[in-house]
Amino acid sequence: MIVEASTREAFGKALVELGRLNSDIVVLDADLSPSTMTSFFAHDFPDRFFNCGIQEQNMIGIAAGLAASGKTVFASTFAIFASCRCFDQLRLCLSQPGLNVKVVATHGGITVGEDGRSHHAVEDLALYCALPGFTVIVPADAVEATEAIRTVASTYGPFYVRLSRAKTPLVYPENYSFTLARAVVMRRGGDATIIASGIMVAKALDAADSLARQDIDCRVINMHTLKPLDKAAIVKAASETGAIVVAEEHLAQGGLGSRVAQAAAKEKPVPMEFVNLGDSYASSGTAEQLLERAGLTTRGIERAVKTALGRK
Amino acid sequence: MPDHNEVSPKSASISSKLNLSTAELKEMARRLRRHVITMITTAGSGHPGGSLSAADIVAALYFRVLRHDPGNPQWQDRDRFILSKGHAAPILYAALAEAGYFPVAELATLRKLDSRLQGHAEAGLTPGVEMSSGSLGMGLSFAIGVALAARLDSRICRTYALLSDGECEEGQTWEAALSAAHLKLDSLTAIVDCNGMQLSGWTRDIMNLEPFVRKWQAFGWHTIDIDGHDLNQILSALQKAKKTKGRPSVIVARTIKGKGVSFMENNVTFHGKAPTQVEAERALKELE
Repeated sequence: MIVEASTREAFGKALVELGRLNSDIVVLDADLSPSTMTSFFAHDFPDRFFNCGIQEQNMIGIAAGLAASGKTVFASTFAIFASCRCFDQLRLCLSQPGLNVKVVATHGGITVGEDGRSHHAVEDLALYCALPGFTVIVPADAVEATEAIRTVASTYGPFYVRLSRAKTPLVYPENYSFTLARAVVMRRGGDATIIASGIMVAKALDAADSLARQDIDCRVINMHTLKPLDKAAIVKAASETGAIVVAEEHLAQGGLGSRVAQAAAKEKPVPMEFVNLGDSYASSGTAEQLLERAGLTTRGIERAVKTALGRK
Repeated sequence: MPDHNEVSPKSASISSKLNLSTAELKEMARRLRRHVITMITTAGSGHPGGSLSAADIVAALYFRVLRHDPGNPQWQDRDRFILSKGHAAPILYAALAEAGYFPVAELATLRKLDSRLQGHAEAGLTPGVEMSSGSLGMGLSFAIGVALAARLDSRICRTYALLSDGECEEGQTWEAALSAAHLKLDSLTAIVDCNGMQLSGWTRDIMNLEPFVRKWQAFGWHTIDIDGHDLNQILSALQKAKKTKGRPSVIVARTIKGKGVSFMENNVTFHGKAPTQVEAERALKELE
């Protein structure tokens, strides 16, 4: 039986715990706190929570001012609004001065589903990875989300953390320890490597299980930190397995696939395949339907691995 | 009249240079304008018009009103000055140098490679600069964050944000206007340098902002409409803002773009163009 849990709920609970430990933590939201689950923090620490209303640009500016005055600021909204709606503010107010603001966005990717393409955050990772000084994290499950939020709170600088709406399968035990910018080898293997992030990590593990039954021995890497990227893990995987598949819930450009390819191309070029959303938007539908149509599935990853192996 | 003798205990150590008389402030504003002309001419590029229009406001703040310590730019209880109209960086640099944050000689490095005086000001690079600016409409939001932090920490410092009228065309300015009033941030004062012009012409022709004061009133702000070149009016307005409780104040300062240099006044050409050497000499003569 697969146990599932919500990354955004993990975030909401972690914030409360951190709020107790550190009175300098201030949380901002843009009218979405019941959904982003910053509502837990708002309930326990009403004086340190500000609902900025439907004003993402203003929220980022306020976050910058608080951080410049010594606060550790968490700012939350949906991933689509946290990236596209306030990019200029992220650039000038957070990235350039390097301020201590943690943008933690929920409802990342297409698994928002029924709300449709306007709500599908599929460019956010490209945008945030483009900003100098930002650290960009996509946790694979609720356990990792909790650990990542703790790390983010205690590490100075601007961060982007992308979480999901839906509950996702747990891939880690409770005692998992998160290390920033250090990729996690989830499964050893020598024939090919699947590098995944977020919800695609569980699917990559399933794909590797299936491929093992076909005598294909896959390494699976959870690249939870997109920036700074663990290039050593990529080069090692390329050298030792000779083929790489990158799986992510994002458009083809600028996300994990682009970043892994850039690292591999420089140090150790090998055949690579990419499982992502290509260059088009999805539509309304259930999360499962949309993932299926886009090929962001266990079967999709398996096919990609076989294609990459064929090019070895 | 403003009570410029009112010295808070914490500012007692700050030199009398930061508590000038009104006559001295007038002289300081003239000096700052001279710096602006020299800096931008030396740099060969920049925005003289919007720096000259703000000179009297900036002089009043840095040399009378703000509680600050140039020897300790990170003093936690300092009043904050947020320059939202980032293209007016030269007037800020001139004030910071005259106040003692860095040597006046450094003003000659404006816009040069490796200078601390970037074309638009950068936080963390230049002593005394609180916020990076250069994309318009963001300063008031930042100032809200600064004022909120002070409130959370029970610090009594005040926050001042200097905006241009042109940048009030940016929607974010009005997001911030809404939220500052909602949060009842009476420690926040916005000053709008209303010189009536923007890069491509008169603001009233490009995107009319009037009735400007009534807009701020409708957003819940205490408004003070003044002549932004009359130091007595500026000081009095800042004092009224300080005494206003329960809501933020905005000083709508009616100014003249390029003020102090006859051929730059109300001349949109000098929004973003450096004077030639000959023009600079004429300008400096007028500012003697």
